[in-house]
Amino acid sequence: MTDPAQPALLALLLPACAFLILAVVAPLRRRGRLAAGLSVLFSAGALVAAIAALRLTAGSDGFSEWLWAWIPAEAGPLASVGVLADGDSAIMLVLVALVSFLVQVYSLGYLSDESMPALGRYYAYQSLFAFSMMGLVLAPNFVQLFICWELVGLCSYLLIGYWYTRPEAARAAVKAFWITKAADVGMLVGIVLLWRHTGTFDFLELLQMADGRVIPLAGLGVITFCIYLGASGKSAQFPFHIWLPDAMEGPTPVSALIHAATMVTAGVYLLTRTVWLFRLTPDVMQIIAWNGAFTALLAAVLACVQTDIKRVLAYSTVSQLGYMMAAIGAGFASAGFLHLLTHGIFKALLFLGAGAVIHAVGTNDIFRMGGLARKMPQTAIVFLVGTMSLTGVPFFAGFFSKEEILGAVLAGGFPGPFAMLLLGAFLTAFYMFRVVFITFFGTPAATHGADAHHVHDAPPFMALPLWILALLSVGIGTLFAFWHPKEEFETLGWLTPTAIVVAFAGIALAYLVYQRRAISADALARAFAPIRAAALRRFWIDDVFSFIYRGLMLGLAKVVGWVDRYFVDGILNVLSAWTLTAGDSLRRLQSGRAQDYVYGIALGVLLLLVWVRWPR
Amino acid sequence: MPLYAYLTLAALLFAIGFFGVVTRRNTIGILLGIELMLNAVNINLVAFARFNADIVGMVFTAFTIPITVAEVALGLAIVILMFRMRRTAIADHLDILKG
Repeated sequence: MTDPAQPALLALLLPACAFLILAVVAPLRRRGRLAAGLSVLFSAGALVAAIAALRLTAGSDGFSEWLWAWIPAEAGPLASVGVLADGDSAIMLVLVALVSFLVQVYSLGYLSDESMPALGRYYAYQSLFAFSMMGLVLAPNFVQLFICWELVGLCSYLLIGYWYTRPEAARAAVKAFWITKAADVGMLVGIVLLWRHTGTFDFLELLQMADGRVIPLAGLGVITFCIYLGASGKSAQFPFHIWLPDAMEGPTPVSALIHAATMVTAGVYLLTRTVWLFRLTPDVMQIIAWNGAFTALLAAVLACVQTDIKRVLAYSTVSQLGYMMAAIGAGFASAGFLHLLTHGIFKALLFLGAGAVIHAVGTNDIFRMGGLARKMPQTAIVFLVGTMSLTGVPFFAGFFSKEEILGAVLAGGFPGPFAMLLLGAFLTAFYMFRVVFITFFGTPAATHGADAHHVHDAPPFMALPLWILALLSVGIGTLFAFWHPKEEFETLGWLTPTAIVVAFAGIALAYLVYQRRAISADALARAFAPIRAAALRRFWIDDVFSFIYRGLMLGLAKVVGWVDRYFVDGILNVLSAWTLTAGDSLRRLQSGRAQDYVYGIALGVLLLLVWVRWPR
Repeated sequence: MPLYAYLTLAALLFAIGFFGVVTRRNTIGILLGIELMLNAVNINLVAFARFNADIVGMVFTAFTIPITVAEVALGLAIVILMFRMRRTAIADHLDILKG
């Protein structure tokens, strides 16, 4: 077995089989634990296959593409399905398979209180998600990518709304669905326009055309912008970022898998994969870089005022996605992709750690936690590892990749976004350690003091994935400290110390405010009162969306409804009323008496005679 | 006598018969009116046969007369049955053709 496409295809098909079995065999699905076991087993197989695929692509410098014609046309198939296994897709495949497997194991513990049929449903969705996401990662063309793109969106909707009896969850699911769908319309338009422009959906053919400079540049900007629109919807870029914090209504393992590690990075992955296309349109690249940096800063500010631990992490995810986008926009997609991978690991770790805390304490509010480090030391350690990775402390996973992004943005000639990202890094350190100090090191909150003896470390099924991810975070960070991947750009010497200083400044501020209480949190809040007030209103972006929805769309619907009710229906109602009246008057003609009919016949004959004999 | 004399007689007879059909309230009277109208047609047929020297009209009439008789017998039978069922032979009361 030397062809990487072979294990990649296996990794893709295993979760598909698990989903089909769980979907079709209802008795198995209703026996939740059995379904869970099956799904975990298949995803473990997928992980092994994905690692095999990665080893094969690492060994050979090439790639492998397997295609099956799907929509036949005269000159070759119009669209194909298949797998395109190369270095990027293989490593992304491993990330997806790994996090998916760990989350499925973790869910065994986290969702142990669920009813059996609900658990079966959950694992069926999980398997479907794993299949769709891998299909997206391995897609050899835009058509398969778009199909899988929509499938992961569907899984996201289903899993956010997993507790569908809770109105907030149902609302959040619908919100996530329609905002990403609105962005996806742009993407679909972009893909179709691209096909009209070049005549192909295939990545490799497009790459050849881009390399050979045979793609006409006129009009290409609109196309890449449309595709970016779809990517920014999925990857929660401003102004489409509003769905992601609400998506936290889903179970925490789902947030870890879909809304932190894999699905939301699909937009970044797509741009990484097709960056040669975007390089042809520098204007769009500028938009991507600026919007990415702006999103990173905006979300970091928003994260500082949240009190819900999952919402802090959600805004942090939005912020980090902004970092990746900024690096891609600056022209160095590999830096963004590297951060995608490390972020996938440590953000999944953070979410799963938060899930362990929520599972133990029973609330999302950080001010009702506190002093948890003593009661759940293991969770505290792994959460701290994740936090330091995210903050960019040396020897942790996020340090190198974040610095890489900062260097890339500066090297790409974007000093403005660079400053925003640096400020974002400071805020990242601040809000993450704010959570850590309040949750794990502060004084125990009164609310859980009563049932404090219930608070304990996570059960083994939940602890194991946490430790694996924590070790990976440290391991990757240490690896990067001694062995740098080759860089595409010159990194300035002062960048590394600056990044470290900024990170530690944020940590120090959080320490002074929330641990030592040397600076009063209230005074800090007063100093930044206008920003704080605006951030608590989420900068009115949600209000703008709800105005667009309530005011414009529902207003338009009302107008259209009025026209339909009173104009279209009105005409029909008048017609039907006339018909009824006419029928009512004509009814009297039918008296039932034979003699009246004879009159009618005689009149008819007379008229016929006149008509036939009329002089013409 | 010329042809139009026969045709005038037939037309008059037809008109009288039609008048009877549409004005008589008694069902038997209506049947009599129908009979008059049929015989007006018979006069026409015979007159044309004679003046055009064509035997077909005569033969046709020879068929119509027995058929008319049969029709009257049938009509009278219907009237009698109707009278038995509805206790009336007045046409205005027999409006069961109404939908």
